[in-house]
Amino acid sequence: MSTKVLLDSKEIDIILHRLSCQLVENHGDFSDTVLIGIQPRGIAVLKRLQTILTTEKGITNLATGQLDITFYRDDFRRRDEPLQANTTSIDFILENKRVVLIDDVLFTGRSIRAALTAIESYGRPSDIELLVLIDRRFSRNLPIQPTYLGKQVDAVNNEKVLVKWHEDKSKNAIHLIQKNN
Amino acid sequence: MKQLSVPHLLGIKNLKREDLELIYETADHFKEVINRPIKKVPSLRDITIANLFFENSTRTKLSFELAEKRLSADVINFSASQSSVKKGETLIDTVNNILAMKVDMVVMRHPNVGAAEFLSQHVEARIINAGDGTHEHPTQAILDTYSIREKLGSVTGKNVVIIGDVLHSRVALSNIYALKLLGAKVKVCGPPSLIPKHITSLGIEVEYNLEKALQWCDVANILRVQHERMDVKYFPSTREYTQLYGVNMHLLSKLGKEIVVMHPGPINRGVEITSDVADSGHSIILNQVENGVATRMAVVYLLAQQIKRE
Repeated sequence: MSTKVLLDSKEIDIILHRLSCQLVENHGDFSDTVLIGIQPRGIAVLKRLQTILTTEKGITNLATGQLDITFYRDDFRRRDEPLQANTTSIDFILENKRVVLIDDVLFTGRSIRAALTAIESYGRPSDIELLVLIDRRFSRNLPIQPTYLGKQVDAVNNEKVLVKWHEDKSKNAIHLIQKNN
Repeated sequence: MKQLSVPHLLGIKNLKREDLELIYETADHFKEVINRPIKKVPSLRDITIANLFFENSTRTKLSFELAEKRLSADVINFSASQSSVKKGETLIDTVNNILAMKVDMVVMRHPNVGAAEFLSQHVEARIINAGDGTHEHPTQAILDTYSIREKLGSVTGKNVVIIGDVLHSRVALSNIYALKLLGAKVKVCGPPSLIPKHITSLGIEVEYNLEKALQWCDVANILRVQHERMDVKYFPSTREYTQLYGVNMHLLSKLGKEIVVMHPGPINRGVEITSDVADSGHSIILNQVENGVATRMAVVYLLAQQIKRE
């Protein structure tokens, strides 16, 4: 198994700041906007964007939530491994809100399809956007594209993109892992 | 990644502690789901479930049906009173006829002990026991222990007393198994005629004095007096039963501590429990009903997960 660093901590930091700026540009003071992280790996991205938006961009009352999509997945009973759910915490109704879904890597698009169905359970948002750190293009199974994009990556199917977060920000990195089999 | 160690839910006796914990964790997620504006997930949309009730039931049947529908399963219902069972059809024939309609899972309540286990050996479907005679009622024990866990944070180390008609109660037996598995201390309390012989062999104690039992416990699970299962008189009169084993506010206020009061329903108000206790802050009876849907969703979901798609 060989590993290549796609983005180092500095590049990730620059990208997160750029994405925050783009969000501010489109959503102003975020009064009608909610940021929803997709469990499990979207939460880390959400937390970091939240920090930048509240401390550096002066956004107050930023509404955020965590969405688990396990019960909406289309591969229930088709996998060898059972699916295990994570916590969902959305303490508000999404009726007429502007929703930004957040995940780390966009691959086949099936998770996002599940998230779009799941989000309907909380009301009818006025619009839904998608923010991802990494877009693995040419690997989509569904017609889904991100609205905000960190970096586009060409990875073949036996490669895995892994985002590693650390307490110490300077150790953050995104790896491209080549599987041998 | 975890899954249940059993292919059917026939009784708590066959489960491991990890199974119960997995069910609770999954039920936590479903409890969040059933408090959403849209209380439904699409997980089981290609699963068909038959609810076969050969014995009367209101809340268990509704609770299962709701749990299945919240998971988007297709549901068919069957009650013995309006079926061919009356015409002399055997249990296996009845069930095989239903399975011929491509049913994946059967939830069954039956007056005979072991009916669910018997069925699991003879038909190709996942079986959930929703009560077999006076034997087990596993989902009731799961929702009871889940409710204790929710109210008190944990079941381990808690003192739980099961009060009343233990002899005829499948709820009592399943609860004892579940509570022991989770490391609670258990006593049963009731008139000697309604406490089965050798029940202490399950590793529990018997207390005939209600006041002492209440003083000892953190949780009192009060059972219904099952008049319909009593072929002979087990106590002289209902009035005498109430005086000796009925839980009332006067008893609870004397304890000098808060205890949690549970009842699996349906309640005989004024017999085993007075209305002021049933409707008081001590009681988590209605929480039990809500948790019944979440825990049954968890059980159905976890068993359905094992059915591999062809």
